[in-house]
Amino acid sequence: MATKIVMAQLSPTMEEGRLLEWKVKEGDRVEPSDILAEIETDKANMDIEALKGGVVRSILVEAGATVPVGAIIGILGEPDEDISDLLAEAEASLSGTPPVEDAEPEAVAAGEPEPAAGPPPSEPAPEPGTTAPSEPAPEVPVREIEHSQVAESSVTGRIRVSPVARRMAEGANLDLGAITGTGPGGRIVKSDVEKAIADGSARPAPAAAPAETGAATPAPTVAAAIGPARLEARDLDLSMMRKSIARRLTESIGPVPHFFLTSEIDMGRALDMRHELNQRIAPEKVGVNDLLVKATAEALARHPEINASWAGDRIRRHGSADIGIAVAVEDGLITPVLREADRKGLIQIARESADLVARARDRKLVPEEYQGATFSVSNLGMFEIDQFTAIINPPEAGILAVGSTIEKPVVMDGAVVIRRRMRVTMSCDHRVIDGASGARFLRTFRAMLENPLEMLI
Amino acid sequence: MADVFDVVVIGAGPAGYVCAIRAAQLGLRTACVESDSYEGGLGGTCLNWGCIPAKALLESAALAQNLKEHGEEMGVRPIDVEYDMGAAVDRSRFISEKLTKGIGFLFKKNGVEHIVGRGRIAAAGKVEVTPAEGDPRIVETKNIVIATGAVMKSFPGFEIDGEKVIGSREALALRNPPEKMVVVGGGYVGVEFADVFNAFGVEVTIVEALDSLVPLADAEIGKTLARSYKKRGMTIRTGTKVKSLDREASPMILTVETDKGEERIETDVVLMAVGRSPMTDGLGLEEAGVEKNGPWVRIDEWCQTSVPGIYAIGDVAGEPMLAHKGSHEGIVAAEKIAGVAHHPMRYDNIPSVGYCHPEVATIGLTEEEAKEAGYEVKVGKYPLTAHGRALTAGHPEGFVKIVADAKYGEVLGVHMIGYNVSELIGEAGMARALESTVEEIAAHPHAHPSMAEAVMEAALAAMDRAIHM
Repeated sequence: MATKIVMAQLSPTMEEGRLLEWKVKEGDRVEPSDILAEIETDKANMDIEALKGGVVRSILVEAGATVPVGAIIGILGEPDEDISDLLAEAEASLSGTPPVEDAEPEAVAAGEPEPAAGPPPSEPAPEPGTTAPSEPAPEVPVREIEHSQVAESSVTGRIRVSPVARRMAEGANLDLGAITGTGPGGRIVKSDVEKAIADGSARPAPAAAPAETGAATPAPTVAAAIGPARLEARDLDLSMMRKSIARRLTESIGPVPHFFLTSEIDMGRALDMRHELNQRIAPEKVGVNDLLVKATAEALARHPEINASWAGDRIRRHGSADIGIAVAVEDGLITPVLREADRKGLIQIARESADLVARARDRKLVPEEYQGATFSVSNLGMFEIDQFTAIINPPEAGILAVGSTIEKPVVMDGAVVIRRRMRVTMSCDHRVIDGASGARFLRTFRAMLENPLEMLI
Repeated sequence: MADVFDVVVIGAGPAGYVCAIRAAQLGLRTACVESDSYEGGLGGTCLNWGCIPAKALLESAALAQNLKEHGEEMGVRPIDVEYDMGAAVDRSRFISEKLTKGIGFLFKKNGVEHIVGRGRIAAAGKVEVTPAEGDPRIVETKNIVIATGAVMKSFPGFEIDGEKVIGSREALALRNPPEKMVVVGGGYVGVEFADVFNAFGVEVTIVEALDSLVPLADAEIGKTLARSYKKRGMTIRTGTKVKSLDREASPMILTVETDKGEERIETDVVLMAVGRSPMTDGLGLEEAGVEKNGPWVRIDEWCQTSVPGIYAIGDVAGEPMLAHKGSHEGIVAAEKIAGVAHHPMRYDNIPSVGYCHPEVATIGLTEEEAKEAGYEVKVGKYPLTAHGRALTAGHPEGFVKIVADAKYGEVLGVHMIGYNVSELIGEAGMARALESTVEEIAAHPHAHPSMAEAVMEAALAAMDRAIHM
């Protein structure tokens, strides 16, 4: 009996496929498992295999064409078989059948829509036609759809890892994909992760804190936080899109795929406010950096998606904004952590920061005081640096690099005026933060400094 | 002798016979040297005079004890239990024989040649076999596996005479139990025999030098077991050393010593359960240059001795002297010889089980050991006193205790005492072998009602989430 060759769903996110090359031609006899064609999916080039033996009766889609998942692209059968029904069905399938999830040809019922598997109503159905894609590919070539775990495994290649090893790797912020397993069948076991940690090979940064960063981090010995809790510690499940972004970008740029956002901030009002405040609270003092920490913490509290970490199979949001402050010391740098800055006032931040920085320079910090930040600020303004990019300290997802505040001419309300301007560049872990979410955070940060009253709202 | 074997295994206990079968499966020309006497024979101590017959007697004991303790309340009457130790022994011998014959069958099926006699190493590549009657002969082989096992130990003054002072061998054939018995040694062997003879109406005293019964297990287990045994009328003398024995007196007088001074105990029989010594005498180890490690043969994680081509497995190769450890070494050695070895011996995940009632089963690190090893420990303990399955069985005593790593939840050790816990240790062992955390154990829906639920509850308890307590 004749069977259909369909555009199989070769990955859980695949909605259409491009036929790269036919490996057979009409009239060829094939055996089960013979490769019929090569397909380009949203992820990779893959083969379509024959599920049954037979003769290739008809090839319906030419190389180079893109067709929706489930479309009939050819017909297998016996040489003398009547395939006119199938040809009619194929035509229908190629002119707009909704995608189906099941790759089994027999399961493809042309003209019988499957609402559950179809695209959401707001999305247009795939364009009819058998030619090249009629729409530009979306920026991120994946879309969240229902999928089975099995399918996902077969496509992405499940990492064989013991539960303990998985947890240890997460805790140490190690990429499981970079660890060689020595257990049965190449399973990654505890000793493999211990070895990777000891080697330091797979570890991105020496100061990377263990998984307990955030909620589980014991509060330091400094004064208790004020104000109610505003952030909630929790793990978020990963969407298909998020997994895909993480995987692809990591492949592109290493364990932490960075991108950078730069913004120039008008510091006039913030500096004036600081001046006024310092006169009122003398001999206490609030530094520029304290303003930056405060603004960062406030912005994090309003954008919890930035106050998060990539944890391998999930994104971990932290329960407080613990700001790492990069401090240059004689032969390197150290980042003392100002805990729960989102719950502290500016003056308390200034006091704690002064204490931490002083002790950092004297090398008197205990590990709990410089590990486990959720976001960092690195300020090279005093070195007359206009702008720079900082490297993320995993598992933090971002760091702000702050340049000098300089007087320069800018156009405001149609006139050129001299303003005090500061450039900040935020490095973002693209597995956690996207361009738009990073930009929104930075916009809030900027708004707070340009209008310090924002910080009080 | 033109024939050259690939492997000759000396000894057909649970280490040796398993090694021989595995070697033959792997296509190696294999022989196993073992006498065929009633005393020794295929199966070694385990099948002939150890695990198997002991467990058979323990089942008789459990049946007797259950009827005595629970018959009335469970609605089985009238209960007028008569004990026939002779019948119990006959049954245990029947089971033992059935299994040892089975080994002969397995040897034939797999093509292992059983060479009857006692083996010793004549030189590298040569095993001398001495049959019960007739002259010794030399068997040539590329590899030798020493699997000679261990023999019962005793103390000076407490030499086993087979009548007044007996060992496990004699205890397993004791058809007419005495009125009073002192069991010297409160380890697994001692508490198992105490269980059997107490159930069969003997007045039993256990004398243990250390401070607790089953002293190698978790301390709470020893306490729970002692409490249960005392309730059954046994006398438990921990922290007590035996000094001397007057065998001429009737009944005999056993003198013991505690930190309070000496005491005398009257008894009809003394059962020595103070451990076993590896069987290395007369094996030709020194001449062959095989190094020892204390009383044992020194081996590496592939069971190789210091001499290439000579392996050692089982009780003769070190502790723990347990049948399943020996069997596993047998497989590792055979696969190493065949060049297909996958995994070396791992000694940190060998279960230890006492088939006394209540049963004791442990694996991995105790709480104290885990702390010493530098772990931050989280213990999940689930008592069986209100456990559904334990209550229906009439044995609501004991507990399951999981020692977990606080940081990652890894199952570091599992320690149990209670009804049928010997059958629960497999789950614990697999959890450890697969590097499971308490999360995975807790996440699996365990059948209800079953003893296994207690493992799940202990895992939950280790996360402060126990439901039924």
